[in-house]
Amino acid sequence: MLKILFFARVKEELGCAGLDLPWQESVGDLDSLQAQLCREGGARWVEVLGRPNMIRAVNHVVASENTPLHDGDEVAFFPPVTGG
Amino acid sequence: MALSVSVQAEDFDVAALQRQLFSGAHEEGAIACFTGYVRSSSAERAVHGMELEHYPGMTERSISGILAQASERWPLLAASVVHRVGRLVAGDQIVWVGVASAHREAAFSACEFIMDYLKNEAPFWKKEEGPQGAHWVDARSGDQARAARWDDDRRA
Repeated sequence: MLKILFFARVKEELGCAGLDLPWQESVGDLDSLQAQLCREGGARWVEVLGRPNMIRAVNHVVASENTPLHDGDEVAFFPPVTGG
Repeated sequence: MALSVSVQAEDFDVAALQRQLFSGAHEEGAIACFTGYVRSSSAERAVHGMELEHYPGMTERSISGILAQASERWPLLAASVVHRVGRLVAGDQIVWVGVASAHREAAFSACEFIMDYLKNEAPFWKKEEGPQGAHWVDARSGDQARAARWDDDRRA
């Protein structure tokens, strides 16, 4: 299973804080997972997740490029951070 | 060396936090601390308060990583970060960074480095509330430039 999380503006725009996706080889990397989420979510998800400033993290580490995924991974999508 | 990270809803006491940086062996010659506050205006908009969201788990890991980097770069005796989340109002304390070292240069530099990296890397998001309603704060390119300075310093 993959645990998918969304934060801040991304969470609000999708109306979704997160979801669990059964593990399958077809979502074996970040880009494939994003494509799968967009297929299921429709135009709004394509727009929101496709933003150029979207940050993706795998198991709490930011992934600046496409990254292999494994069963049990936690994947998060969020906008640029604004703490401090 | 003592490195500590706390992400919490509760307010904090900067004097108590500063005392906790001391090891008891009196090796500290310098302690530098930074406190960040909620301002009553941002980008020329009035701000009554804000909601601070974070990514539990990644936040602590991210800040711990920044403290570890700082301690590799400067001879630190202790470093600590406290960051609040949840509902905050203008005037509230948001973040505290404290660094202890034998000398002031390492303490000053590490304190600023930690704050610059935290603003760019730790997964917090501010949603400000004002007379026109609530809006998500946009990331500032100036903050990225401040953090990038430290990379330039390292190459130099």
